[in-house]
Amino acid sequence: MTTYRPSLANSGNSMTSSILGHAHLSADKAGSTKIHADKVNVFYGEKQALFDVSLDISQKAVTSFIGPSGCGKSTFLRCINRMNDTIPICKVEGTIEIDGQDINTRSIDPVVLRARVGMVFQKPNPFPKSIYENVAYGPRIHGLATGKDELDAIVESSLRRAGLWDEVADRLLQPGTGLSGGQQQRLVIARAIAVGPEVILMDEPCSALDPIATAKIEELIDELREQFCIVIVTHSMAQAARVSQRTAFFHMGRLVESGPTDEIFTNPKDTRTQDYITGRFG
Amino acid sequence: MPFNPDGRQADMLIWIVFFALAAFSGLTYWLGRRKALASAGGSAAGLHSLPNYYGTYVALWVAVPAALLLFLSVSFGGRFEHALLVAKAPVAITGMSVEQKQLFYRDAEAMAEGKQASEVIYEGPVKAALTQKSLEAKGYRDKIRMGTFALMGVLALAGLLLTYPRINAKFWARNRVESWISNVLMICSIVAVVTTLGIILSLVWESARFFQTVSPGEFLLGTHWSPQIGMRDDQVGSSGGFGALPLFAGTFLVMLIAMLVAGPVGLFSAIYLAEYAGPTARAVCKPLLEVLAGVPTVVYGFFAALTVGPLFREGFNALGLMLINGQFHDLGLYLSQVQNQMALVAGAVMGIMLIPFVSSLSDDIINSVPQALRDGSYAMGATKSETVKNVVLPAALPGIAGAFLLAISRAVGETMIVTMAAGLQAKLTLNPLETVTTVTVQIVTLLTGDQEFDSPKTLSAFALGLTLFVVTLLLNIIALRIVQKYREQYD
Repeated sequence: MTTYRPSLANSGNSMTSSILGHAHLSADKAGSTKIHADKVNVFYGEKQALFDVSLDISQKAVTSFIGPSGCGKSTFLRCINRMNDTIPICKVEGTIEIDGQDINTRSIDPVVLRARVGMVFQKPNPFPKSIYENVAYGPRIHGLATGKDELDAIVESSLRRAGLWDEVADRLLQPGTGLSGGQQQRLVIARAIAVGPEVILMDEPCSALDPIATAKIEELIDELREQFCIVIVTHSMAQAARVSQRTAFFHMGRLVESGPTDEIFTNPKDTRTQDYITGRFG
Repeated sequence: MPFNPDGRQADMLIWIVFFALAAFSGLTYWLGRRKALASAGGSAAGLHSLPNYYGTYVALWVAVPAALLLFLSVSFGGRFEHALLVAKAPVAITGMSVEQKQLFYRDAEAMAEGKQASEVIYEGPVKAALTQKSLEAKGYRDKIRMGTFALMGVLALAGLLLTYPRINAKFWARNRVESWISNVLMICSIVAVVTTLGIILSLVWESARFFQTVSPGEFLLGTHWSPQIGMRDDQVGSSGGFGALPLFAGTFLVMLIAMLVAGPVGLFSAIYLAEYAGPTARAVCKPLLEVLAGVPTVVYGFFAALTVGPLFREGFNALGLMLINGQFHDLGLYLSQVQNQMALVAGAVMGIMLIPFVSSLSDDIINSVPQALRDGSYAMGATKSETVKNVVLPAALPGIAGAFLLAISRAVGETMIVTMAAGLQAKLTLNPLETVTTVTVQIVTLLTGDQEFDSPKTLSAFALGLTLFVVTLLLNIIALRIVQKYREQYD
């Protein structure tokens, strides 16, 4: 924690510094592997939720996880920033590597990991604080800004990159909970961006939003792809097709198939994938 | 008023009539049900309501009015009889004093019942009058009772005759019974409200009488409290011993100490239980805290008076002896003479009593902060304590403030601990080592033992009670407002 000073995320290109001490400059190349999962098993108490999931997730691309409810896609997403640690009965086996570094070893502090792997949830969850304080929250707890001016700059650039600045610039001190659902979700994305993460996980970010707000978020995701590795869990196959370059299909706790989105949707190899995307179940 | 109307009429006959009424209404239930079924050709499917509703409808109209009459007669019949009895005073007792007359009538009524009369021996014309009056009393009572029973019979029959013919398959019996139920529920809530209003009105009324002798300004701001002087009739108005400020100060001091103990300990234990404790620790700690909440305050009281008080005194005395003849000689002298009873002991023990109260309320409030907020904070890379400090507590703050206010209003109203451990001397001080007295303690001492109801001393208890009531009511209103506002935030 003490030595950790990630990039301030003011410029989109300075994403190379790694919290884990591994400066994998080559990993920055688009299309190369950012996250590597091998034989991941997850248990909730006695019940096994994920079975031997092995998957590579690309840098600078949007990867979508699709599948019917309860198929384990959100569970797998929460493994990537170790959010499952906050559930006492949850146990994770197997390895997940980010830039070649295993994130489940003892030497990795989940708190530090989560600064590097941001997350956006299904329901917008702004803190009951002002818009400004919501965005400044992460930089504050990680000590990213040395003064008020620097903090202001981070807040503004994060809000701009989340496409929210023009709508809230004149009311930064009003509560974040007073925004509309779509604005709240973009505020939460701005909040996640503010810490300068490398990966952004999105757990059904549009399922609580109307079509117009959804379109705005999708547009935003497409822009953010330039700078971040984005993983999105979605129930909407149309959304997966629109925003993602790669798609992974989960079913009954197993990864059935993964590959470029076009291929999955036009030419699925597995019959279960075909049944699901043609709407035969799910 | 030594006259007791209850218990005299509550004899076997009343119970017999009561059970007869119950049996009769049971019979009418069966009758109503049968008629409804018969009108639908024997099958419940043709009825508007279930058959039971028809029976209940008839039975309610038969039983309830008659039962109400019986209740009124049992409650007030004795008073009515007494009023009839004293309406015409016999010539023989005209010379008696009011108390003697009361005794005379009580003896007459006792005689009528065949009970033991008082020790007074009546002679001559008075004795004859007594016998005559006792016969009169018996006559009145029998008339009232028979009248009641007859009227009950009429009411029950009328109930049956008015409702039974209405029973047919299309009759909306269910809706009628529903409205009975809603009326019963409404009456219960009215009873609660009216009783509370009655208490408030009596507080206000008696306080107003008190404020006729002592001005409100003197009561609220005066610093001299010694209500005992007011006992002597010739000094009532002029005593000037009703300045309640020392009591308010004492109450405030004890409350402050209690909250200094209960506030941090309760809140932090709530945070531990809600955020940090594992399932096992939670399963053990929560019930233990709730046991603490179930300890009667009188137990805390003698714990304070017999254990904590002497312990504190010994500690302070020993400290004082060490300081004597040193640099802090005067302080040492003072500490070496500290007594068992002091604000600190009462406040500390009251604080312990309030810990489970604060912690269980705060625990609920912290738990109702949505998990999504915590997840959001953890996902930003915040640690547990950062999340608690920056997200959970700010979100729960209004609710916690409400919990604290409720705890304060309990501390202000708490009686037993302060009675036993704080002392009785009304001193205007903020020194926690001094003995102080509180509003509640003074009410207890004012009203225990035989009291003259009209003296300002007794009436001052009402004024104190009213003050206490207003303060705790305001605290509760504010607390509930805050808690409500907080709840809306996440819905």
